Amino acid sequence: MKRNDKLRIIFGRLTQAIPSIIGIIIVTFILTRALPGDPAVYFAGPAATEKSIQEIRTSLGLDKSMLEQFWIYASNLASGDLGVSVSTGLSVKEELIRRLPASLELTFLALLFSIGVALPLGIAAATRPNSWVDQLCRIVVTAGVSLPVFFTGLFMVYLFYYILGIAPAPLGRLDIIYLSPPSVTGFYTIDALLDGDIETFGAALSQMILPAITLGIFTLAPLARMTRGAMLQVLSSDFIRTARASGLKRSTVLYTYAFRNALLPILTTLGMVFSFMLGSNVLVEKVFAWPGIGSFAIEALIVSDYAAVQGFVLAMAILYVLLNLTIDIIYTLVDPRVGLES
Amino acid sequence: MSEFLKHLRYVLTENPVTLIAGTMFVLLIVAAIIGPAIVPYDPMASSASQSLKAPSWEHWFGTDQLGRDVFSRIVVATRLDLSIAVSAVAISFVFGSILGSLAGFFGGWVDRIVGRITDTIMAFPLFVLAMGIVAALGNSVENIVYATAIINLPFYARVSRTEVNIRRSSDFVLAARLAGNSSLRLLATHIYPNTLPPLMVQVSLNMGWAILNAAGLSFIGLGVRPPTAEWGIMVAEGAGYIVSGEWWLAIFPGLALMLAVFTFNLLGDGLRDLIDPRRRT
Repeated sequence: MKRNDKLRIIFGRLTQAIPSIIGIIIVTFILTRALPGDPAVYFAGPAATEKSIQEIRTSLGLDKSMLEQFWIYASNLASGDLGVSVSTGLSVKEELIRRLPASLELTFLALLFSIGVALPLGIAAATRPNSWVDQLCRIVVTAGVSLPVFFTGLFMVYLFYYILGIAPAPLGRLDIIYLSPPSVTGFYTIDALLDGDIETFGAALSQMILPAITLGIFTLAPLARMTRGAMLQVLSSDFIRTARASGLKRSTVLYTYAFRNALLPILTTLGMVFSFMLGSNVLVEKVFAWPGIGSFAIEALIVSDYAAVQGFVLAMAILYVLLNLTIDIIYTLVDPRVGLES
Repeated sequence: MSEFLKHLRYVLTENPVTLIAGTMFVLLIVAAIIGPAIVPYDPMASSASQSLKAPSWEHWFGTDQLGRDVFSRIVVATRLDLSIAVSAVAISFVFGSILGSLAGFFGGWVDRIVGRITDTIMAFPLFVLAMGIVAALGNSVENIVYATAIINLPFYARVSRTEVNIRRSSDFVLAARLAGNSSLRLLATHIYPNTLPPLMVQVSLNMGWAILNAAGLSFIGLGVRPPTAEWGIMVAEGAGYIVSGEWWLAIFPGLALMLAVFTFNLLGDGLRDLIDPRRRT
């Protein structure tokens, strides 16, 4: 019975994502049609011939009404057609899929780092208010949101590569002396491990550490602040007092009772953290010459490759919706109260 | 008014951090207004013999690859960076708070439409949406302002919607309604002014984020173009020299950017104390 309730709620969340996706498609459609002048000229790129412009005009249906154009746009999307990137000559979909693992690998490591630092820091700050840990937490939270992510990245390159010489050159995913591991997941570290190649694993990881920390520092602030706030609130509630009065171990009270309850608001902040992360990913990728979808978008922006830019915006938005959806579903599964009320 | 000044003094002296933030804010404004008149060097004047000089007494922050004085360029850039952020925040404040107030006051279909618009904007990773908007509208400073304004709109709309909604049927509003005021008049003269304190805090916190955002866009090559002095583009131009040890090109403009954002974030907290009438005792 309870299990069915949860399934029903998860299904409800899934259907709630549909309006968001429709909204995203409408916005990207408006963005492509907002181009001044003839969109076909923009999509064909600077080196287009009269014939290729005409071809694009028919494929976009620019001679038809707006509603028909939208229908063509939506059905192209449904069949996975995002147009052709004029700068590389490949289809935008292929380009994005080829580069996505690089971005995801970086983002996941950054997320691990930021969770790994923010949660202990927030918990420590909440259990000892006004101590030095609390002050440290406050400084990290304020500085974290004030630091431009590209500045942090460059500073780290200067410190760890130029002065200390312990980080590899900020030039992509793998030093040129290594061959990229046989592709299984597209994540170099995992692929190298699957291949049993420890040396390549180490090289890939060392390339990733600086960009991941850069990205992590920026997203650490909201997570640490939320953890501290949520823990403070839970720790001051009656059931914690009761647990303490019953003589339970300090660690049991803190982790089994308090932290589990504080986890829910923290989980909801993750949505915002992802919005920050996907955006700053672009900047970090530029600083570290990381061959992900962010660098692809920047290269496309510079040469006015519109199909590629719009494909990138759409892909990022859909990815963001899916991430939020995953968080919602985890939330539903984790929260014991969900499904009991109804 | 004198009471306001007294309260201002109280807030500034009570919390030293706010005082520091206030001082830095004044410095930023001064640099933005008279910066170009007081800098030691012409920010555009290049000189081949002076290129890539490390910081010294002559050039406090060193010189860049074209021999331009980095300190002068940073000071002059203040005006452009602040005006992009101020215009963007002003636009999203005006439109966001009006849309949010209408949604919170009338509810129903107005609320649903405004809610749908803000939800759709928030469904995008915001910096990515800004990139898309600038790409579509065209690569110019103006469009950076519009893009930044659009991605910040939901924050204002949401804050003012909540603030108007909780006051909509409070006693003083009902009293004013009984006195014969029309709905729009109630909203404009009785409810809206009361929502300004939380909105002002939002403005200050948002300024920092708007500056970061605009600088991020110019860092990836959108909007401002060289040789214009702007913090984001200066960091981008200096980025290539970091690996060969010429750190001052990128680090100083980055620090200026960080200080500006830091100032507005700290000011946001101070402002809350200043405007919040509950603390004015």
